[in-house]
Amino acid sequence: MQIPYTVEVRPDTGLNNPKIGIWLFLASEVMLFGALFSSYVLLRIGAPEWPHGSDVLSIPLGLVNTVILIASSVTMVMAWASLKMRAFGRFRLYLGLTVLLALVFLVNKGFEYAEHFHKGEVPATSVYFAIYYTLTGLHGLHVLGGVIVNSYLLLTSPGWWRRAGEQLTNRVEVAGLYWHFVDLVWIFLFPVLYLL
Amino acid sequence: MTAHDEIRHHVRLYLMVFGALLVLTVITVAVAELHLRIGAAVTVALLIAAIKGSLVALFFMHLKWDWKYRTVHSVLLLTAVFFLFLLALPTLTERAQIGEVIHHPRPAAAAPAH
Repeated sequence: MQIPYTVEVRPDTGLNNPKIGIWLFLASEVMLFGALFSSYVLLRIGAPEWPHGSDVLSIPLGLVNTVILIASSVTMVMAWASLKMRAFGRFRLYLGLTVLLALVFLVNKGFEYAEHFHKGEVPATSVYFAIYYTLTGLHGLHVLGGVIVNSYLLLTSPGWWRRAGEQLTNRVEVAGLYWHFVDLVWIFLFPVLYLL
Repeated sequence: MTAHDEIRHHVRLYLMVFGALLVLTVITVAVAELHLRIGAAVTVALLIAAIKGSLVALFFMHLKWDWKYRTVHSVLLLTAVFFLFLLALPTLTERAQIGEVIHHPRPAAAAPAH
């Protein structure tokens, strides 16, 4: 039996293969980040003391990063909408913006980490920092993964659009689903780590 | 409504959702400045985050329009149910230990072993 390398919608599920595949993957990612969030909860409840986020982290920087990621989610969905409307130039613009915003996020995170290291705050410093670095580090790796995938799509899109436009549209949609998930995780990470 | 018009209508929705997300983000930070009691602070923060997450999931991830065969929703619902169970597991099994200090800061000077 052959697994079709296709974008056709299956009659029984109403979905195409890549879409159902990515949603299953995202479900597993929910378990991954969910496990770490639960660890955070248990560690915090069992700790003799726990710093307030605003005492250790920069809320303005976290806020800027939140706005950046939300904006990148908008540009990502606009990239897909542009492809659906067959506006290839606009698609490249929006996808390029998405990658750019993601890189700015990572650079900001780099500055933030550097600031902490400068003050001697490393994962071994306290349980708070251990879980902080784990959560934001894993999230940062996911952002990097998204950057790599989106860059690949951006670079190969001209030929792809000419050869198999429907397929490219579908792959961009699916990459978008992953990217929105990464944004979603940060939407929860920001208040939990920075504000509570 | 042609497919083209449908997408353009969606684009307007995306921008409105973007605006809503920005407003909710500002509200999140503003509420944090109120320095509520921890129970209230956690509830409000997670509630706002849940609303923002739902907006991203329903509109950006297209779930609002993928309702037809309910496949994606069933997968997600199952995941949510199983995750809630996992989350509750330590609470259900270790209820006596909850709140007990589980780690102490390392002592400043280590006493010699022998």
